[in-house]
Amino acid sequence: MSSHYEAPIRKPLIIGDKNYHDVTVDVAAPVEGRANKQWWIAFSIALAAFLWGVACVSYTVGTGIGTWGSNKTVGWAWDITNFVWWVGIGHAGTLISAVLLLFRQKWRMAINRSAEAMTIFSVIQAAMFPVFHMGRPWLAYWVMPIPNQFGSLWVNFNSPLLWDVFAISTYLSVSLVFWWTGLLPDFAMLRDRAITPFAKRVYSIVSFGWSGRAKDWQRFEEVSLVLAGLATPLVLSVHTIVSFDFATSVIPGWHTTILPPYFVAGAIFSGFAMVNTLLIIMRKLSNLEAYITVQHIELMNIIIMITGSIVGVAYITELFIAWYSGVEYEQYAFLNRATGPYWWSYLLMMTCNVVSPQVMWFKKIRTSIYVSFVISIVVNIGMWFERFVIIVTSLHRDYLPSSWTMFQPTFVDAGFFIGTIGFFFVLFLLYSRSFPVIAQAEVKSIMKTSSETYKKLREQGGHDNHSHSEHNHH
Amino acid sequence: MSNKVIHVLYNDDDILMDAVKQTRAAHHHIEEIYTPFPVHGLDKAMGLAPTRIAICSFLYGLVGLSVATAMMNFIMIHDWPQDIGGKPSFSYIQNMPAFVPVMFEMTVFFAAHLMVITFYMRSKLWPFKSAENPDLRTTDDHFLMEVAVSGDESQLVSFFENTGAVEVKVIEKH
Repeated sequence: MSSHYEAPIRKPLIIGDKNYHDVTVDVAAPVEGRANKQWWIAFSIALAAFLWGVACVSYTVGTGIGTWGSNKTVGWAWDITNFVWWVGIGHAGTLISAVLLLFRQKWRMAINRSAEAMTIFSVIQAAMFPVFHMGRPWLAYWVMPIPNQFGSLWVNFNSPLLWDVFAISTYLSVSLVFWWTGLLPDFAMLRDRAITPFAKRVYSIVSFGWSGRAKDWQRFEEVSLVLAGLATPLVLSVHTIVSFDFATSVIPGWHTTILPPYFVAGAIFSGFAMVNTLLIIMRKLSNLEAYITVQHIELMNIIIMITGSIVGVAYITELFIAWYSGVEYEQYAFLNRATGPYWWSYLLMMTCNVVSPQVMWFKKIRTSIYVSFVISIVVNIGMWFERFVIIVTSLHRDYLPSSWTMFQPTFVDAGFFIGTIGFFFVLFLLYSRSFPVIAQAEVKSIMKTSSETYKKLREQGGHDNHSHSEHNHH
Repeated sequence: MSNKVIHVLYNDDDILMDAVKQTRAAHHHIEEIYTPFPVHGLDKAMGLAPTRIAICSFLYGLVGLSVATAMMNFIMIHDWPQDIGGKPSFSYIQNMPAFVPVMFEMTVFFAAHLMVITFYMRSKLWPFKSAENPDLRTTDDHFLMEVAVSGDESQLVSFFENTGAVEVKVIEKH
């Protein structure tokens, strides 16, 4: 134990008197137990919302995109707003599992599994919008460069919408294998604990025969590290490419070079807010308060505060550049955002995204679970409006005043969005009852440095010189 | 010639690490170690060779980059060199900036997926593979060291009992 020195200033990440077996039992409990009434109520609501979404999408595909509120001027509205919103939410998962891994942040261990699940489930939601906002979604496979009987007729690699196809499919598939590889040791733990033959069979299949050999662990750690190294530029590039949908256009309000980093910052901002929303509920329902502690919530709040401030700087930069550019169209685009018919959405976006994260400067607020929960939802509302404002206010009034119009969503627009929220929660609720929601193998590896038990033991034992000689070997 | 091995179980990673060092010092051959979580420095203590999987990943990335470049050069410059919105399609370099996003994504795609597939193949992991950890507790909170029996068996057993083991078993391996 003497080899596990950690500065005494660091607070424990695992609260209570826990040993390795306790971690196993606590993580396995929600999977091995039965769902309670609250779970079934939440699941029913989510399923109903999902089915309503399926109905709305079927209606759109069967009847046409004209069932939506989009019009000749505002060709993109809720569809792409929701797409960007969901992609953005997905980004925090990769941030937590990849970037925080590269920075050796031990607090990520308890939250990375759920954050990655959130990534995968929200990217699935996002991926539906590019398909179903097509006028002819049954021809969606034409976006792929497949040799064909038209000559061959290929795709055009100049379009950011095609880059999106490559970005989103790479992002989803890489996130999926990253997540699954990390799950193998935890599925193996559930497999080896399983009592019913059915559970044993299922967890045997999904754990791929993981046996935890020293060589397997060595490769596992290297693979995790390289995947983290690949996922970090990937996550930055994906939202960058999504931002190119707007930034490479000629529309005033869209054509800005700040969009790539500003979208990425916004994605981390909204993604962390969503992680906070989900984990605050989950730690309570799954009895994981010993692992997802107030310190975890506080650290996520600090990231929300930092990225919220970056987003705020980006807003001000855009405003300054609009004024500084001397381009009337650009100046009008921002004047229209602030004082036009959608002023309320701009105000909402500014309030939720710029003002609300600033309260996190107060320790009392950022360590309060209730306030964190409220702010996390406020942030996601604000970030939805950010995408809405960027998309709709730039389109509804641009170069030709004769093309100026308004946008009014229909119930089908709303139904599709509600459906994706429902689908997301259907997946997340099923996940929370069948998957190990905490990466127990990783949590066990920080037990000696960061658990309350061992920190107390170290304090009692005092400081011995042996630890230094141990360290010098590395 | 018997195929006997000793299974030594520990319930603490630090005791395991010390035991590995003692075992190596006593020149007993460690066949395998099963642990519930990555024990840092265990591979070094056991004398395992470093993994080369990151090198594989780098090479796969180069393959991805080449595939993306060759594909877009053929499609956009050679097969149908059309004018799409005034973009210069006379040579690859002229329209290269528009190809960067796909070049990047395919590099990452190949590097990540082929590395993961390599890992699954090298470590023999696939959906219907049956688990090979000899004791179910090794995915929970126990650490198992498997050592080949050579020479005096009882002396070996007592050696491992003195390394802080919670259980020492002699197993006939087929």
